[in-house]
Amino acid sequence: MELKANIPAGDLADMWERHKFDMKLVSPANKRKHTVLIVGSGLAGGAAAATLGELGYNVHCFCYQDSPRRAHSIAAQGGINAAKNYPNDGDSVWRLFYDTVKGGDFRAREANVYRLAQVSVNIIDQCVAQGVPFAREYGGLLANRSFGGAQVSRTFYARGQTGQQLLLGAYSALERQVAAGTVDMHPRTEMLDLIVIDGQARGIVTRDMVTGAIETWFGDAVVLGTGGYGNVFYLSTNAKGCNVTATYRAYKRGAAFANPCFTQIHPTCIPVAGEHQSKLTLMSESLRNDGRVWVPKRQGDTRAPGDIPEAERDYYLERKYPSFGNLSPRDIASRAAKEACDDGRGVGPGGRGVYLDFADAIKRLGEDTIRERYGNLFEMYERITDENPYRVPMRIYPAVHYTMGGLWVDYNLMGTIPGLFVIGEANFSDHGANRLGASALMQGLADGYFVLPATIGNYLGGRKFAAVDASHAEARAAVAQVKDRVARLLAVQGTRTVDSFHRELGKLLWEHCGMARNADGLRTALQRIPELRAEFWRDVKVLGTGEELNQSLEKAGRVADYMEFAELMCRDALERNESCGGHFRTEYQTPEGEAKRDDEHYAYVAAWEYAGDGVPPILRKEPLEYEHVKLATRSYK
Amino acid sequence: MNLTLKVWRQPSGEARGRLVSYAAQGISADMSFLEMLDVVNEGLIEKGEEPIAFDHDCREGICGSCGVMINGMAHGPMAGTATCQLHMRSFQDGDTIVVEPWRARAFPVLRDLVVDRSPLDRIMQAGGFVSIATGNAPDAHAILVPKEAAELAMDAAQCIGCGACVAACPNASAMLFTAAKVSHLGLLPQGQPERDRRALGMVTQMDLEGFGGCTNYGECTTACPKGISLENIARMNRDFRTAALRARPESAGAGGAP
Ligand SMILES: Cc1cc2nc3c(=O)[nH]c(=O)nc-3n(C[C@H](O)[C@H](O)[C@H](O)COP(=O)(O)OP(=O)(O)OC[C@H]3O[C@@H](n4cnc5c(N)ncnc54)[C@H](O)[C@@H]3O)c2cc1C
Ligand code: FES
Repeated sequence: MELKANIPAGDLADMWERHKFDMKLVSPANKRKHTVLIVGSGLAGGAAAATLGELGYNVHCFCYQDSPRRAHSIAAQGGINAAKNYPNDGDSVWRLFYDTVKGGDFRAREANVYRLAQVSVNIIDQCVAQGVPFAREYGGLLANRSFGGAQVSRTFYARGQTGQQLLLGAYSALERQVAAGTVDMHPRTEMLDLIVIDGQARGIVTRDMVTGAIETWFGDAVVLGTGGYGNVFYLSTNAKGCNVTATYRAYKRGAAFANPCFTQIHPTCIPVAGEHQSKLTLMSESLRNDGRVWVPKRQGDTRAPGDIPEAERDYYLERKYPSFGNLSPRDIASRAAKEACDDGRGVGPGGRGVYLDFADAIKRLGEDTIRERYGNLFEMYERITDENPYRVPMRIYPAVHYTMGGLWVDYNLMGTIPGLFVIGEANFSDHGANRLGASALMQGLADGYFVLPATIGNYLGGRKFAAVDASHAEARAAVAQVKDRVARLLAVQGTRTVDSFHRELGKLLWEHCGMARNADGLRTALQRIPELRAEFWRDVKVLGTGEELNQSLEKAGRVADYMEFAELMCRDALERNESCGGHFRTEYQTPEGEAKRDDEHYAYVAAWEYAGDGVPPILRKEPLEYEHVKLATRSYK
Repeated sequence: MNLTLKVWRQPSGEARGRLVSYAAQGISADMSFLEMLDVVNEGLIEKGEEPIAFDHDCREGICGSCGVMINGMAHGPMAGTATCQLHMRSFQDGDTIVVEPWRARAFPVLRDLVVDRSPLDRIMQAGGFVSIATGNAPDAHAILVPKEAAELAMDAAQCIGCGACVAACPNASAMLFTAAKVSHLGLLPQGQPERDRRALGMVTQMDLEGFGGCTNYGECTTACPKGISLENIARMNRDFRTAALRARPESAGAGGAP
């Protein structure tokens, strides 16, 4: 397998423009002869399906929810970045590019990130034109707020529901194409395998989640916009159905999986309340615009927060990182919270929490302003914890949130299987080892609205595609394998529920491949995961049949994939003997406890190639070169 | 706490359903309603009984997947709260809780508490958009939008499409859902060119899908987890009437028919 990044030659600034000109076009009359399968209806998949439909392609779009409007992008709260520089505070395409490369701790590809920053401005235009009700100033102009890792205000938002409004925009464009007959939407349909014919991605195998029917779909290209795999940890801020199945199945068919160990732990989530906990709730990073993070200076201080005088509080982010303070990037803020709690200064039940305090902001701006900015988040917090954050500080703790790793793609967003494109959180492309806040929405929409629709034409244009159907040997084999797996899951008839296995896997990973990792722990996990997997296949209990709506069966399939994928994550984490971004190896830190990168040996993308069951995967390396941003120790002090 | 659940069980759309009693024991006040159902389901699986099927995904009140009737109330007793955000502290030890799916002709049951809400997507297809293809947009600041209008549009745009309004309405009407979309776009300058077509198209589709009419009970807004207000329905009715009046001469002219 060869990793060809296909970065066009020449200057960064006009690279994308020139590339668009150099790429092949598909004539309007020929577009409808090409069928494109898009798995996922989130910001990435939904935007891509709508846009390809508008262009005249024949599109099939799939999602596992009952409506494309429910894709997990809907849950994004805080905002979306764009280099509009409307506040005139010194922003530019170059600065957004620079911040993103630096924020990613120099493990992202420069050319992709530059394009992302360029396209960001078109996204806001597009969304406003669709009727996305972004927050406005009294003069009618768009409002901006700040997010972590940036010293400018470039984040656009719609209250605390930015993802919802952006997704409803993409969804409305998508439904318009459904009505126009260019897109066929298949909700409650889960992709369970990829069909590769003559070395090209040509189809998928799906299961109808209502009838259980296993079906095949064919096209000239397959696009995966299936989101992230944070749920491998069981507890995360992701929706319950988020899965690695689509990308992992593609990996097993020959698509390289890049940087699987790069996961983002978000600093501001509501702490775990008990064993029954089924997911964690994020409190948007935007809250750090006005909230101040602190813990008591003294260990084991159990006084109520209001009884702890100012002088006995440690505003540790402001103390350690004076120039970014409470808006330090996520990886740094999360680790600092963990450190404070490990030091015995955590608050709340079990001591796993820190305060996020709005008292000063309320004094300064008044309760009404705070309500206008964050009202829905405060309500959500109160509903879950039964505490009023206008009166007492919020308690927060880091939680798994986002996965920077994903299927490897080249500059054109194509994976190592020709004809397989990967967009949004499902690919690895733009965020390196740490994603900055408000940049995932930007990337999903950049990929879906602007990048993929241009690059997919270059792939389809001028290529001949042999007709293929379900009778093809590869298709028959894939269907047989999917059916066999369903049958095997149902046949185990063991004693333990799927969730109990998932929870156990999650705990193991959180402990050994979570916020901090080291070689010993990772080796323990690498030994334990195959044992747990064997136990799963020996003892899992899935009731019912495959020919009906069967939610345990759906979960079992996803957890079975997590059981294999977790091993790949740990392997990747063990191989990377450095700390960078969200990947913090305790062996590699500076005397002050900051991440210590090793650019000499690890300035590369780790792309893993599947080599067969029970055989270690092969590590391929894409070297990263920094011509425009100087490799430097990341500092937010 | 210990509770008794009476849950609607129906193996498939074609099968007959019935309420079945389950004991929910050792439930903590900090659990969400869906976490309580998870606990019950784990117990059922261990006993070899099929778990209760229910739709859910984000579990933070925004995707609109979840939604069941709890003691006859859509999303349960707490105002402005989706089922996934309802916590067990709203109940008391010893309570009996009846859990049923949304009941509406337009939303057939697929299994247990899971219903088919695809009619809502089809209402959207009938005009719930601005016809602007990717890449055609002018600069975002080319059109100013008064803050007031943006805020009102956002109030309407918050709808999560869960269908609680339909389930709560004695007529199983989808007026609040449809009105929220018509209002959201109708309040913004970007939505003006297609304002008439949108109101006509979406209202017509709503009727075709078999939803009932609105007779101003107002149950919908009470059940709505996002508190979408009845003003939106008034706004949509106005838009619909105006559009219907304007549409006649125009379509006659466009078609060229006498
Ligand atoms: C709580 C929360 C808040 C966030 N806030 C922000 C924010 O403020 N700003 C920001 O920039 N980012 C934020 N993020 C991150 C951001 O929301 C996501 O990274 C982004 O929305 C992912 O979009 P996507 O289109 O790639 O995937 P998703 O929106 O996750 O969509 C995945 C799609 O794939 C489908 N799918 C998945 N697997 C299958 C399968 N096997 N078969 C068929 N279909 C499948 C799903 O049905 C869905 O339609 C937040 C994330 C979370 C969890
Ligand atoms: S599960 Fe998403 S709104 Fe309840």
